[in-house]
Amino acid sequence: MKGEAVNAPVEIREEGTAAQRPLLEIRDLAISFKTSGGEVNAVRNAHLTVMPGETVAIVGESGSGKSTTALAAIGLLPSNGAVSGGQILFDGEDISHASEKRMIELRGNSIGMVPQDPMSNLNPVWKIGYQVRETLKANGLPDGPDDVAKVLSQAGLPDARRRAKQYPHEFSGGMRQRALIAIGLSCQPRLLIADEPTSALDVTVQRQILDHLDKMTTELGTAVLLITHDLGLAAERADKVVVMYRGQVVESGPSLELLQNPQHPYTQRLVASAPSLASRRIQAAKEPGVESDDLLAPAEDVVVEPSMPEDVLRIENLKKVFKLRSGLGRSTDFTAVDDVSFSVKRGTTTAIVGESGSGKSTVAQMVLNLLQPTSGRIVFDGVDTSTLNSKEIFAFRRRVQPIFQDPYGSLDPMYNIFRTIEEPLRTHKIGDKASREKKVRELLDQVALPQSTMQRYPNELSGGQRQRVAIARALALDPEVIICDEAVSALDVLVQAQVLNLLADLQSRLGLTYLFITHDLAVVRQIADHVCVMEKGKLVETGSTDDVFDSPQQDYTKALLNAIPGARLMLPPEVA
Amino acid sequence: MTPDSNTARPDASAPATRHIEHFVADFSETPLQATDKVKEDQAPLSLWAEAWRNLRKQPLFLISAFLILVVVAVSLFPGLFSPIDPSPEACQLGNSDGGPAAGHPLGSTQQGCDVYARVIFGTRSSVTVGLFTTIGVLLIGGIMGALAGYYGGWVDAVLARVNDIFFALPLILGAIVLMQLPMFRANRTAWTLVLILVTFGWPQIARITRGAVIEVRNADFVTAARSLGVSKFGALMRHVMPNSLAPIIVVATISLGTFIVAESTLSFLGIGLPPSVMSWGNDIQAAQASLRSNPMPLLYPAIALSITVLSFIMLGDALRDALDPKARKR
Repeated sequence: MKGEAVNAPVEIREEGTAAQRPLLEIRDLAISFKTSGGEVNAVRNAHLTVMPGETVAIVGESGSGKSTTALAAIGLLPSNGAVSGGQILFDGEDISHASEKRMIELRGNSIGMVPQDPMSNLNPVWKIGYQVRETLKANGLPDGPDDVAKVLSQAGLPDARRRAKQYPHEFSGGMRQRALIAIGLSCQPRLLIADEPTSALDVTVQRQILDHLDKMTTELGTAVLLITHDLGLAAERADKVVVMYRGQVVESGPSLELLQNPQHPYTQRLVASAPSLASRRIQAAKEPGVESDDLLAPAEDVVVEPSMPEDVLRIENLKKVFKLRSGLGRSTDFTAVDDVSFSVKRGTTTAIVGESGSGKSTVAQMVLNLLQPTSGRIVFDGVDTSTLNSKEIFAFRRRVQPIFQDPYGSLDPMYNIFRTIEEPLRTHKIGDKASREKKVRELLDQVALPQSTMQRYPNELSGGQRQRVAIARALALDPEVIICDEAVSALDVLVQAQVLNLLADLQSRLGLTYLFITHDLAVVRQIADHVCVMEKGKLVETGSTDDVFDSPQQDYTKALLNAIPGARLMLPPEVA
Repeated sequence: MTPDSNTARPDASAPATRHIEHFVADFSETPLQATDKVKEDQAPLSLWAEAWRNLRKQPLFLISAFLILVVVAVSLFPGLFSPIDPSPEACQLGNSDGGPAAGHPLGSTQQGCDVYARVIFGTRSSVTVGLFTTIGVLLIGGIMGALAGYYGGWVDAVLARVNDIFFALPLILGAIVLMQLPMFRANRTAWTLVLILVTFGWPQIARITRGAVIEVRNADFVTAARSLGVSKFGALMRHVMPNSLAPIIVVATISLGTFIVAESTLSFLGIGLPPSVMSWGNDIQAAQASLRSNPMPLLYPAIALSITVLSFIMLGDALRDALDPKARKR
């Protein structure tokens, strides 16, 4: 094996204690960044140990310092960041202030890295094989075409020799991530840092990749430092979980124990909101019309008759064909949505679940009347939406409102929050200036944002807050149906739980109907009454959430359910 | 496997036997915050307010803004800055090619005119041509580019080809050819020059606008506005244009400098402003005859031209940094 030549000289040093000594030990680490607003302490008092061959996961929300800690361990902090205290010991050697030359020696053959985004971390102008060879060459390993092919096939890429001659754009997301894993492990490092290696991938692909990573690292005896925002995934894959919060390690321990018996309040909060399979429908909105007994008074003017479970939205044999240009004048047909039919009952939540490319967002765009179906009908409240004239469409827009995925893109950065929420009112010429301002204040109250937020701009708000502003804007026209296109996918777990609770609460108070587009089955379990599972444009399974989750009929649905990280973990019911 | 790596193997294969300590941080060390709390202490900041805050601290911006203010003031009220009348009738041939003297700090031209006064009074035509050309270019290029980028399809195809045709003609060359036409030659004023420079200058702004608009038109907030019932054109005016302004402003500021240079070049070549209009280009042209014996009358208008152009380009650079979307918070 070619890796031995590299590993041997490193391991010979003090071999007697190698087994007991941690491979990576971080002691009281502090990292600070110089920014225009002064010095920012990103990480304080962080400590963690990774034993040889052990898998350790760092879990935390965005901005908790988990990636920064890992980047410091491989000496790749951004130029304005620096280790301002503590030690990073790699196999007993302090590398927190090691020279660039020493770090280059360590990178690749001692510490490998799998980056987060498979779409942007491969250079698009070089063939995959060349990028693997580059790594082998930099670490002085044999780099012939056979070696490159071998590295790629070990990472689970079939037909590696031919694949090595392809460019990154010819690979799917999962294949690119495999190529990145191949590069990360090509020099058989002793420690592999995997920074959210699968968060950009579909769940089924994520599972395959992680299974394969597990297998490879176990075979090679590589220790893995896994960085993730997903507690379920961390607990499932790692021996040990380290929870970080606001730059500090708040709790660490054996993964299962941490999950079953969280001690720190933050970990408790995290475990409570982790959308795992064991969680149930958020109860507030289970039965429309039945007033929830919380202290918030239900809106008086909205009367929800419990006796009208009629279909507010009916989708019949919907089909959408896109013409793809392929060269001069020619075009090929691509069927994005193929013969989809389902209906949505008033006051309930229907979720459309599917992986990327399943056509679920296209369905949402057609329901919103932003895209014309090729054939089939969308019947809203008894009227076929394709027959509406422009005036009727204007009225239709008042009744059906969207909430989009990306909270950073769905608010105009030039508009302050007041103008953002007021815009639908102004567009539909509702009320005068004073009454509109009153309405905006009410809406902010409804989404639990302080009224002072009105004067702020989107760039001053966090992702969850922006999403709440988007919800307030969608509610401004008192719509009946809200289409949520991956509305919580971009949010941290705790914020996601908060927004889901808000949505459920609003549903019970205002009798809203949700069409919830998502790739995340765990979220479906929390919010939906009915589920439609889509695969490659086709509807494969529909049914009530409980039925689909408890006894899935189709293989695809089963595969999706199995792939949910943490699904196989047994959690005590009171925690979930 | 070598023996060394074997020593590590049993350890790796049996992690369950290893004791993992359950560590819990002191609760008081990291107090829990309410999830997703809104910061209420800072003053609200729009993109422009934030850009202004950045700019205020930049020496590049402060210097260029000061210089531009001076140049604009000089062009509006030249009489305040120079007590001497620089018109040819007031020149005294006795001072011909004179060096710096009392009352004539920068010396005199061959015609005996005061160099300082001519530089001061020449500012107006340069600034007029630069400013109004930029405004014209912004209007035509901005409208063409916005329509092409926003509506796409055949509108884009037609406008983009027209754009390409004009883009292929170099600004100066095109202006030289057009200025030879009798109708333009007969009426050589600052406005003719503006008209001609706009004709050849708009494609650049059109391209930048088109690119910026295409980038913004697919943003979620535009889709959101459309699904709220905002009309397609309304979304262009209210959401797309304000968000595409930053790069357009940067390019316009920089090209303002280029248009001033173009005016001077054409005047220098004798086909821009007529000699009766005072401008830096004309002065440079007149002074080149006596370049060896008395280079000063050429040097000073050239310096004035360089400083003005440089300050606009510096302003553009400073604006680019301040308006860079990547530098925005979060």
